[in-house]
Amino acid sequence: MAVDQIMNGKEGLGSVSGVGGHDGCWRSILKEERALASKGSISQASSGSGKGAAANRYQKMSMSPKEYQTFAKGKEPPRSVFGNCVKAFLIGGAICCFGQVIMELFMHLMNMTPEQASNPTVAVLILLSVILTSLGVYDKLAQFAGAGSAVPVTGFANSMCSAALEHRSEGLVLGVGGNMFKLAGAVIVYGTVAAFFVGIAHLILGTGGQ
Amino acid sequence: MIFLWAFLVGGAICVLGQLMFDVLKLTPAHTMATLVVIGAIVDGFDLYEPLVKFAGAGASVPITSFGNALVHGALTELHNQGWIGVISGIFKVTSAGISAAIIFSFLAALVIRPKG
Repeated sequence: MAVDQIMNGKEGLGSVSGVGGHDGCWRSILKEERALASKGSISQASSGSGKGAAANRYQKMSMSPKEYQTFAKGKEPPRSVFGNCVKAFLIGGAICCFGQVIMELFMHLMNMTPEQASNPTVAVLILLSVILTSLGVYDKLAQFAGAGSAVPVTGFANSMCSAALEHRSEGLVLGVGGNMFKLAGAVIVYGTVAAFFVGIAHLILGTGGQ
Repeated sequence: MIFLWAFLVGGAICVLGQLMFDVLKLTPAHTMATLVVIGAIVDGFDLYEPLVKFAGAGASVPITSFGNALVHGALTELHNQGWIGVISGIFKVTSAGISAAIIFSFLAALVIRPKG
């Protein structure tokens, strides 16, 4: 296959140096070359100068990474920061409010203190998030709410569950087990490291925890 | 009243995350990691617990409370057991969240047929 392509390429170049090209692109290069030759900037339309013209043309087409970034930024759909923040506020607030409802239920029905109730509340929220992720509902919500659905603990569960489902086809051990923490791992690693250093700081300062 | 504060404080933390997405152009993973570290540092100054008392789930549901819980476990064990508590206590309080997320996600992966 590769040899074939090289052969074709050679043929293409040959056609430039010849009379007519098969390809529209090559033909236009040939025209350009002829125009330049008639102006006198290229005295001889040899195959060598034909290659040079081709190189010039392709340099124009490709962009430097910086140029590309500015180009891509121009084509990006405009993001409304304020609108996104309002959506995130409403959805995020609603999820927290819902969490508060669950917490109150635990506190009143099972006579728990607020500290005791927070763990089961988080577990219930995670269960609901996993169910909604499995049904594909949470991802739609996330598209609308942005950080509003990502920042609460439900977003943490969503990232783990979606990674687990996505890699299910690679097997239960390597796929699900290995990839579950793909996104959530960053949260756990940085949280643990930060907690370690805060603990060390308290140890050095001699506050002795609480 | 606690519902209103839960809504406002929880929403405000989410707006903070959204601003990191849109203004600082961070990826979701960077945003989450940053928020967890912020939560850990805030609890290091003993300021997260008053927020939880004030806003209830508004402070304990966002991911910042994960950092808070990690530090809280470390400091409590530091108090009870001395220096080794910094290591042994980190996951003591957060166990429920992480375990629940792992177990439910695994069960979901067992039950749900992957699409595509």
